Amino acid sequence: MTHTTIAEIYIFILAAFVGYQIITRVPPLLHTPLMSATNAISGISLVGSLVVAGRDGNAIAGVLGVIAVACATINVVGGFIITDRMLKMFRAGGRPHHREAP
Amino acid sequence: MTTRELITDATYLLASVLFILGLRSLTRPETARRGMQLAALGMLAAICGTLVHHEIVTYRGALVGLGIGALIGWPLGTRVAMTAMPQRIAISHSFGALAATLVGIAEYYSHGDAGEPISRGMIGALAFEVLFGSLTVSGSFIAFSKLQELLPGRPLTFRGQNFMNLTLFTGALALGAWLVVHPEAAWAFYALVGLSFVIGLSMVLPIGGADMPVVVSLLNSYAGLAASATGFAIDNNVLIICGALDGASGFLLSISMSKAMNRSFGNVLFGAFGSAANSPQGSLEERPMKAISPEDAAATLAFARRVVVVPGYGLAVAQAQQLTREMAEQIEKRGGDVKFAIHPVAGRMPGHMNVLLAEANVQYEKMIEMEEINEQFSSVDVAIVIGANDVVNPAAKRDPKSPIFGMPILDVDQARQVFVLKRGKGAGFAGIDNDLFFEEKTSLIFGDAKASLQKLVAEMKAL
Repeated sequence: MTHTTIAEIYIFILAAFVGYQIITRVPPLLHTPLMSATNAISGISLVGSLVVAGRDGNAIAGVLGVIAVACATINVVGGFIITDRMLKMFRAGGRPHHREAP
Repeated sequence: MTTRELITDATYLLASVLFILGLRSLTRPETARRGMQLAALGMLAAICGTLVHHEIVTYRGALVGLGIGALIGWPLGTRVAMTAMPQRIAISHSFGALAATLVGIAEYYSHGDAGEPISRGMIGALAFEVLFGSLTVSGSFIAFSKLQELLPGRPLTFRGQNFMNLTLFTGALALGAWLVVHPEAAWAFYALVGLSFVIGLSMVLPIGGADMPVVVSLLNSYAGLAASATGFAIDNNVLIICGALDGASGFLLSISMSKAMNRSFGNVLFGAFGSAANSPQGSLEERPMKAISPEDAAATLAFARRVVVVPGYGLAVAQAQQLTREMAEQIEKRGGDVKFAIHPVAGRMPGHMNVLLAEANVQYEKMIEMEEINEQFSSVDVAIVIGANDVVNPAAKRDPKSPIFGMPILDVDQARQVFVLKRGKGAGFAGIDNDLFFEEKTSLIFGDAKASLQKLVAEMKAL
């Protein structure tokens, strides 16, 4: 096992721990936005797909990369928009209606 | 390290920090929106940072993919109705997992094609990536089809199903192990992709609609793990971090959903809840139910001081969230107090009811979680159950033989009076009789929830 792999395992475990600590504190009220938010964030596989799609050489791998880019982009674009749409709707009482995005 | 690499890594670090802060902002509704907007900026930074990556020599493919993705993603973000949120989330898990799986296949294929050796560590990561990725693609698609009602929502089961699933899963693990020993065995790699796809199908097909909150959360977790495995395979830290966050989130949600149903993970996945075996038999029709007209209900509600609304999946189906808020306003106008009792598994995904009510402009302080509202039911004048059934079924407390025995429920039966809006006389999704409907204090308003509420609100306005 290389040093890189070991460092990556550290990163994985620490990130999972941070995720666990934060997400236990998200109230059930916001569980649906949480799901769409994590889904949008996991669209980060876009960065991996972009490299595969743009690499020189293998045509088949390139095509698979382009499809992967499209799928990941759907999640990034759709995911962040819908999360924002949902969060915009949650409003507290006794205050003026939520501020609209400019 | 070249300047380019440094720029790429800096944007990845920035993105990771903004994602974590974005998720943390979700702990409070006031900060949530701003936090997630920052997270979106982080994503944009990471994308720009990737485009300067030294391995990218042609931008055509990347731009085509980005263009197609944006064209499809835009309407999926702006157009989809809030009532369709569960299936929207399910299909997006499918897309995310497909991206991870395809990257895995492309990596394996291009290495094999160029005759480059694949290290044990890399093939291990790739195997995990396509295992979780491929089963999430098909599993989420089935979940989507069930939620969208392209497939029947009831569990589809056959004898020996669990045995078959176990065999398939063991087979997948064996293929993974074989690949670590023989990384060049392409047949094993592609067989693993195919087998994982079948596992996804056979895992979700037997699961009924009422259990969807657990399944959708679990698939969320798997999609994350697939992204993380991608990160291990291509040595990309931001992927590992995001995948871990996503995995942890989905895992926690599925545990809390299982708990809210008092069932173990295994029971949800292998129990095929609500199958034909416990469907209702004749006994239902023989007991009398007390019906009430919307007009009479309106008269009672108009003078109620404390009212609790219990929404369920039926509210989403009837799209009655706006009318529910109008009814609440009518009660409040006469000095009554209205709260909304939210059961953790009401609806088809975690937080489903909260989103619907928020869409209808209900303030979130009025949406009360189960434990808190249960302490208050004894002082409630009227509880109105709209399209909910199993989450208010007292059999969960009283009848040890009931399939939902032990599940925490909303103690609606402690309110002074109960109104139930119900489509027909049938049993709930789990196919279980509900004693609440036959109690002395309970009156049923039969008909489509939206139509009933329309009459009720019109009547209250006229009073």
